[in-house]
Formats: sequence, C-alpha cells, structure tokens
Amino acid sequence: MKEQKTFDRIIEVKNITKIFDDTTVIDDLNLSIKRGQFVTLLGPSGCGKTTLLRMIAGFTAPTSGKIFIEGQDVTEMPPYKRPVNTVFQKYALFPHLNVFKNVAFGLKLKKIPSGEKKAKGGTEKEIMRKFTKAEIEEKVNRALKLVGLDDYGYRDINSLSGGQQQRVAIARALVCEPKVLLLDEPLGALDLKMRKEMQIELMKMHRELGITFIYVTHDQEEALTMSDVVVVLNDGLIQQIGTPKQVYDEPANAFVADFIGESNVLSGTMLKDFSVSFLGAQFVCEDKGFAKNEKVDIVIRPEDIYIYPLDTGKGQLAGKVLGSVFKGTYYEMEIDAGGYEFTVQSTTEATPGAMVELRIEPNGIHIMKKLRTVNQFIGTVSGENRVDFCDGSFDINTEIGGVALEKGTKVKVFVPFDGVELTDDEEDGEIGGNVTHSLYKGTYYQVQVYSDTDEDFYIDTTDEWDLNDRVGIKLDKNKIRLEVIEEESDA
Amino acid sequence: MPESSETKKTLKKKIVFKPSYFSFPYMLLCAIFVVLPLVLVFVYAFIDDKTGQFTFSNFAEVFTGANLRLLLRTIGIALLTTAICLLIAYPTALILASSPFNKFVILALLFIIPMWMNFVLRVIALKELLTLMGIGNGLLASVIGMVYDFLPFMLLPIYTVLTDMDKSYGEAASDLGANGFKTFIKVTLPLSAKGIASGITMVFMPVFSAYAITDMLGNNNTTLIGKIINELFINGSTWGVGSAFSFVLLLLVFGTMVLSNLVGREKPKAKGGAK
Repeated sequence: MKEQKTFDRIIEVKNITKIFDDTTVIDDLNLSIKRGQFVTLLGPSGCGKTTLLRMIAGFTAPTSGKIFIEGQDVTEMPPYKRPVNTVFQKYALFPHLNVFKNVAFGLKLKKIPSGEKKAKGGTEKEIMRKFTKAEIEEKVNRALKLVGLDDYGYRDINSLSGGQQQRVAIARALVCEPKVLLLDEPLGALDLKMRKEMQIELMKMHRELGITFIYVTHDQEEALTMSDVVVVLNDGLIQQIGTPKQVYDEPANAFVADFIGESNVLSGTMLKDFSVSFLGAQFVCEDKGFAKNEKVDIVIRPEDIYIYPLDTGKGQLAGKVLGSVFKGTYYEMEIDAGGYEFTVQSTTEATPGAMVELRIEPNGIHIMKKLRTVNQFIGTVSGENRVDFCDGSFDINTEIGGVALEKGTKVKVFVPFDGVELTDDEEDGEIGGNVTHSLYKGTYYQVQVYSDTDEDFYIDTTDEWDLNDRVGIKLDKNKIRLEVIEEESDA
Repeated sequence: MPESSETKKTLKKKIVFKPSYFSFPYMLLCAIFVVLPLVLVFVYAFIDDKTGQFTFSNFAEVFTGANLRLLLRTIGIALLTTAICLLIAYPTALILASSPFNKFVILALLFIIPMWMNFVLRVIALKELLTLMGIGNGLLASVIGMVYDFLPFMLLPIYTVLTDMDKSYGEAASDLGANGFKTFIKVTLPLSAKGIASGITMVFMPVFSAYAITDMLGNNNTTLIGKIINELFINGSTWGVGSAFSFVLLLLVFGTMVLSNLVGREKPKAKGGAK
C-alpha cells in the first residue's frame, strides 16, 4: 500500500451479538482497541470473553454486528486472511513438527511483495513471493531467541515442558508479525512461579515489539498486573473499561467491585452530596450527584478500613473481631460491625474476640448507583382490581388517583425488592424459580431469582438462600405500584 | 537375594499371588497354538517332501516361474484393494468426523454394521448382486468383494483418529495463514497418519492371505497365494512347499507391519534447522 494509513483504533467491535443455541453469550457489545495497547478481557467463566476473542480471530462468526481491523470490515473474512495471530489456551502446537518447523509454519505460507512490478492489462501489479529458506531461518531463530529458546529448534514438541511449549506458541504467533496478538488464557496451565515469570516476559515483549495484545483471562490479579486497559465482562456485557487502577479504585458497579479484588459491598442511602449513611452511621464521602435519599451500593476495600481500640473515639463503627488469618504480609480479619461482617486487611493484628473501632476515610468509600432498584414488569388490567403479568393473574388495587383503570389497559408493574417473599416450598409461592445470585449487602441479602416465566426477580431478604435452590415467589400486593403505559397515538 | 535370617518372611512372600499369574493360561495357549505351529512351519519349510532331508528346494520352488508370478499378483491385488479402500475410507471418515455429522455416531455405525453379518452370506449376496449388474467372476468382482469386505477395517481407525483430533490444531493452522486445503495437507493428514497406517495394516494383511473371496468371486486369473497354500496342504504330499510359501507370506506381512509402523509413529527428533 502506498499510503499507510494509521488507524488509531486498530480493532473496532460494533454491536456484536453472539447466540449459541438460544443462549446469548455476547449481547450487543461495542469495543474499540487502540493501537499498541495491552488490553485484557477479564471476567468469570462463561462471561463471553473467549467467544469475543474467537470472533476477533475469526474462528466464530458473530450472530449480528461487525468487526473492523484497521478500518477494514473483517466480519466475513476467514481467519487465515486476518492480520492477527493467536496463542491458544492449550498451545495447539503441531505434534508432528519439531520446534523450528512449528514456528516456521506461518512463515512458509506467507507471501510478501517482491518489490518488482508487473504490467498486466494496463494496471501495475505487484509480484508476490514467498520467504526464502534463509529468511525463514533467520526470522525463526530471532523469534526463538525472543522467547529464550535459542537452541531448541530441533527438539520434539512433546519433549518440552509446559512453560517451554507456551514459549513456542508465543514465538509461532509472533514470528508472523501480526498487527494484533490474541492470547486466550495462555498462562492457565502453568504453575504459579512460571506464571509470574511469563507475565513479566509477556509485558516485556509487548513493550519491545509495540504490537497490540488482546489478552483473555479470568485471573483479576493477572489482568491488573499486565494490562494498559482492562475490559471487565459479565453476562456478555461490558461492565467497565478502564486502566487497572481505575477498575480497582473506582469500580463502576457492585459486580466489578466484587469480582476485582476483595471488597465489602453494602447497601446505603445517599443523604446529600458528600454524605452517605450505612449501618446506622453517617460517613463523609467523595461522591455527589445522587438524588436525595437515593439507595446506593457502597464498596469498601479491605485495606481501606482502619482499626482502632475501642473507646479511642477515632473510629466511626464499633465492631467485634471474629477471626484473623495471617497472609504473609498482612492480617486478614473478619470484623462484625453493625450486623455486617467486614473483611479487613491490616499489618497489625487485632486479637479475635476483641472489641474495636473501625474508621473508613472518605476516599475509601466508593459509591455506585444500584443497577436496579425495583422489579419492573409489563402487565394488563384484566378486571376490577385484577392485573395479569408474569403469566399469572394477581389481585392488585387498580385504582390510581381514585379512578379505577379500565380493563385492557397496559400498565407497568413495579414490585419493590422488599415486596417479594421467597418460600422454601415451591407450592407456597405464586411463581416458581431458581436462585441465581445472592449478594450480602450488610444488613440483608440481595437475592436474584430466575422465574419459570423467564423473568428476573430481585429480592431483599434477611434469610440466606443457596444458589440453584428451587423457591416459590410470593408478591406482597400492598407494595406493588402500577403506572399506566401511554399508548402511542397515531397523530 | 534375601538373607537366611529372613527365610520366614520370604517364604510368606513366595505364596503371595501376583497379578502376573493371570497371564499363565494365555501364555500356555500361546505356546501351543502360536509358537509351536510357527516352529513347525519353519521346520517343514526346510524339509524335502519326498526324502525328508534338509533342503532349500522348497524355497526355490516358491520363487520360480508360475509361483513367483502368483506371488507378485497377490501383492498387486492386495495393494490395489488397500489403495481403493483408503481412497474411499479417508474422505468418508473426514465427512463423518466433521462437525455437522460427528454428533451422529449412528452414521459411522452404518458402515460398521455389515461386519456383524456372516462373512460367507455377505459374499454370496454380493455375488448375486454383481451377477445382476452383469459383472461376472473375475478380477473386478474379486476386488470389489474385498474392498466391500475390508472397508470398515480401513474406515474405523481413520475415523477414530479424526474424531479424537483436537480441533484447535486446525484452528491454529488457519490462524497462521493456511487455507482449508493447506490445513488438510499440512496438519490434518500428517496427524491422521497413525490411523491410515493401522488401516492399511488391517486391510493389506488379510487381503494378502485372502482365500474365500477370490475363491467365490474370482476365476483362474485371480488365484492368490492363499488358494495355492490351501491346495498344497490339502494335496497331502506337498507340505514342505506349502510351509515355504506360508513362511514367505509371513515375512512379507511382517515387512508391511514394520513399514506401516514406521509411517504411523510420530517422527522422532527430526533433523532440525531449516534443512
């Protein structure tokens, strides 16, 4: 190409959705990746991170949406034409070839402009040629040297250790000089010490080569150590994009806070700007812009809680030490304060059983909007004081402002989190469902139930429920609120 | 050896039943029905049928005129049958192992089920079918018969290797710039060499000593060594030549086994470098 355009965004993923057998793995995802960055896709297993990587590599086609590499639409392009190379989770080194031939595999297939031009039908066409043997040998040896396997060319793949195989896999991908290197949990099979070494080496390679790296991992520590940018994924959605520091210090929501690092997640109320209340005490914080008395999620990192002896007056909460574990460089303690079990990390130990005061500085309190504050469903008024929703018919006061709603009126049904009751016996409830998530929020559990009617219910409860439990859902009719959906007029 | 002071202990130990004892019945069977006959064949091959003296003439007879031609023909037909089996079985296995079909094991089973049918019955049925199609007894009918009969033995090992192959090898090749054809040539084919090798062994060896099929579907031009050996022994007075024939056959089969094993084994320590 004569004019080598430099695209600042080397990869752009636009409105990508991937559905496997009715399961949405990636849900309308948008992402752009800057040239030269080390980007990590981080999330729990099943969050869609590997699927996303495979779509960029071309092994999996998206159900809808487009993928661009350097501005070129590659959505329909087969993997062997894409300017990216992959380091596979289980290396996928060819067992019938030795180390040298594995690394040379891509080079032997590659064609480069020969520099000569041929006039053909009026247009000048560049003659392509293959690499010469000498060129291949030089490049392969350079790649092997880069990964520290200079003299291993003749070796059989199966005679190498896991770490060495990993290096060959990296060399094999890098030797093709890809524009983007994709790494799918490449260190997953290595032991801890080896992992740490490879992390440092990968970072070094990234700095030296200047190639964009996209790295998939479920290990949050790995992600925070290595990346320029961390993309946190869950349920096929991007939860947060940011530098490791941003993602750790300012998690965008309770999921990110819970997944990255250890944290205490509580529920609280925003009293006014810079002031929040939780566990019955009032705290100064650094956040503003919330509605008065808005319910919020509060995240406090274990290392941001300071412990003082009781009655020193330095703390804001009184608590009792339940247990303490020495973790090498710090103590991790469980401290019960105001009904919440805090995880606290400190270099000084408080003896279990002791009463202490806890202090949390304003910059240690991270406040997040609640993802949801109320269960919302769409329903229809089916009679006097009767509303149909969630495949059921319920007795609900249908008077709004003293006027009864007409039959057939479409309404939004709001069920507050504390307006739902869970029953042990499925038969006792009005709707059956499975517990899919449970998060302790300080004074209660927020439980998520996936109902048989394909709806998610959020419930605040003081009881603890086990995951995947079958439960019945009972609605408190007095707490349900209705809102008429304005029909769109044809005007 | 243990010291005398521990005799009590060792005595106890000697009574302990070892798992290897389980192999004794088989070893006995093996000695009577495998080793002994082989030795007998070997001995008879060097004994003159008439005089009972030691001789090399039996082997001389094997490698002269008509007999040598017969040997070469047998090798030729065996190679042809094996090649046709491979050409049919590999693409079939490839299709059966590919993603849209590999969920249906039943499809692969369809190719295997004929093996459960009685062998003679199958050949008779095929003979009728071929006659119906206007193909009389002869070379073509014999080869068709043997291909039909031995195809599952070629298909099964190749199919197994292909279904067991990690999909990521193909993906890695594609990722490194190989299109579908090159991925097949450079990765899939060499990685399935083991299956091909055992398929070849499983077809070539029995075809080589086949007797019944060519007897039922062939004519004078398709006589194979198997038939000759049969005749030599039934004849009663030519055991020596028959043994020599059997011995040569044994060596040839052994040779093919060694050869296919060499192909199937992953290359040990290739030369290295770009040479």
